[in-house]
Amino acid sequence: MIHLVWRQFRVQALTTLALLAVVAVVLAITGPQLVHLYDTNVKPCRAQGDCSLVTKVFLSHYRLLQDLGSVVVVLPGLIGLFWGAPLVARELETGTYKLVWMQSTTRKRWLAVKLAVIGFASVALTGLLTLMVTWWSSPIDRVNEAPFAVFDQRGIVPLAYALFAFALGMTSGLLFRRTIPAMVVTLVGFAGIRVAITSWVRPYLFAPLHFTSALLLPQGNETSNPSPAALLRPGAWTLSDQTVNGTGRVIGQEGAISSGGGHMGVGFNYTGVGRATLQGVGPCPNKFPPQSAPVAVFERAAQACANKFNLREVLTYQPASRYWALQWCEAGIFVALALVLVGVSFWLLRRRFA
Amino acid sequence: MTTALSATGLGKQYGRRWALADCTVDVPEGRVVGLVGPNGAGKTTLLNLAVGMVRPTTGTIEVLGHAPSDRAEQLGRVGFVAQDTPAYSGLSIADHLHLGRWLNPRWDDDLAKRRIDQLGLDPSQRAGKLSGGQRAQLALTMAIAKRPELLVLDEPVASLDPLARREFLQLLMEAIAEDNLSIILSSHLVGDLERVCDYLIVLASSRVQVAGDVEELLSTHRRLIGPRRDPRSLPTDQQVIEEDHTDVQSTFVVRCDGPIHDPAWTVEQLNLEDLVLAYMGRARHGEDANHQRLSVLG
Repeated sequence: MIHLVWRQFRVQALTTLALLAVVAVVLAITGPQLVHLYDTNVKPCRAQGDCSLVTKVFLSHYRLLQDLGSVVVVLPGLIGLFWGAPLVARELETGTYKLVWMQSTTRKRWLAVKLAVIGFASVALTGLLTLMVTWWSSPIDRVNEAPFAVFDQRGIVPLAYALFAFALGMTSGLLFRRTIPAMVVTLVGFAGIRVAITSWVRPYLFAPLHFTSALLLPQGNETSNPSPAALLRPGAWTLSDQTVNGTGRVIGQEGAISSGGGHMGVGFNYTGVGRATLQGVGPCPNKFPPQSAPVAVFERAAQACANKFNLREVLTYQPASRYWALQWCEAGIFVALALVLVGVSFWLLRRRFA
Repeated sequence: MTTALSATGLGKQYGRRWALADCTVDVPEGRVVGLVGPNGAGKTTLLNLAVGMVRPTTGTIEVLGHAPSDRAEQLGRVGFVAQDTPAYSGLSIADHLHLGRWLNPRWDDDLAKRRIDQLGLDPSQRAGKLSGGQRAQLALTMAIAKRPELLVLDEPVASLDPLARREFLQLLMEAIAEDNLSIILSSHLVGDLERVCDYLIVLASSRVQVAGDVEELLSTHRRLIGPRRDPRSLPTDQQVIEEDHTDVQSTFVVRCDGPIHDPAWTVEQLNLEDLVLAYMGRARHGEDANHQRLSVLG
């Protein structure tokens, strides 16, 4: 059976391997250059202090290759579409299942071998690409210090996505018996489940932590407030950043108050001479300078008002230390889903075609 | 004695429609069985049930003494050429033969190669480029080379032109001449089967109308032509299959084991086509009037 499955699959497999080899060569050539750039530019500057300009220049290199990360995101979907969905659907559609099922090999074995061979290829391909991209991007990741921003392009989750997408494609092929509907369902289903798990499951796999600090309004030339996110250990994943009043009610986001309108864009409205109101909170107890006063004077009064009301900024986040635990958990979820789909496909095979 | 195919009360329902109903039939081994019936009569359903492609809704079916199943051993004993003679269009003829060798323990590679050679086919040719007749031949080669005990062919010649049709059947007969192989082949045209089969099953309106040895069927069915007469006045051993009356004359097709003595009748022999048509006509009548439970004759 393995011969036949390989014979049917080998053109696709070899084409994909060739493409992967091309990517590997490009990365192998440019990767060391990137490491060199990091060692000569970013590293010495980091030892001194402020590096924002240096890192900006560093990150502008190989822009196109940096997008390979999104290929890692898309690849599992493509595997589901082009390897998973047609795997059984094409045979049911063209009738060749009647040829292969009448050889002296059981259907269960036929499906199991297809599943094992192409499933393994799917995971291996995704694993190789992830490994290459992770290796190549390591200097960039070190500069960005945002592992959660590339959570689904690194580590083990892409492998689990690939397995799931493949299983989804195969199962919908068996269910719909037509390649095109199976592809559509695979695309929609895979994208839907990925988005759902990313936005509603991943943040809450572990109870998020909170970090509370007094609200600091923007000072001087800054356009936004000095974010307390900088106070967290680097690499944390901020889920929300809320401004709360003394009673704990949420009155704004991202260090701003309500809609952020009003004078100076932070939510203050003048209600009379020397008096101002904070939107959604109430009239400030302290005196405000006239509108013609210098900005710095206004800012001091506004900050004093915020302090009087005991306004705070609450960060909800997952610390960087949970990165791998979250990787394993999410990978586990997708592997479990894939196994359920495999079970369903064997059940379908038994029920509908026996 | 084991039978090639034995069905009892076999039925298959798709949705609300019965594709095959109450089918009871025993086919002895070593015969070439023609399964005849109009399109949509349930031929494909019966054959698919026999090879285990579908599971019966009611009743039982045994093939070569065992329930058709997904077991590798049983699969090896039954060869099947499906109606549309599917083949992997991207794979070459040689690939198909490899496939057969990989998947069948009893595969006869010499036989397969010899047949492809005889047919004048190029082994490196992709199956997608073959004509309908050539693809049917490839499918037949694969079914024969796995050395089955029963070969099932579903409308093998339906898509072929008359010449290819004759060639296909001739090669089929040659291929099986040496083996003690049972064959079931279906067609909606009895003419296709007349030369090759020695056992006949007529299937119409989802039911078996008649089944039996061809010689025996031909010798026990006759056409009687004579003055107009009520069919109920015929002797009880003469079973009326078809009747046709004009003002003065009656024509009956009857099944009768003994000779016809009544001198009022002109007795005519039937050919296979007449016989099949008589049973198909009766089935349609039965369906229309829905009055008569059709008996299944073994």
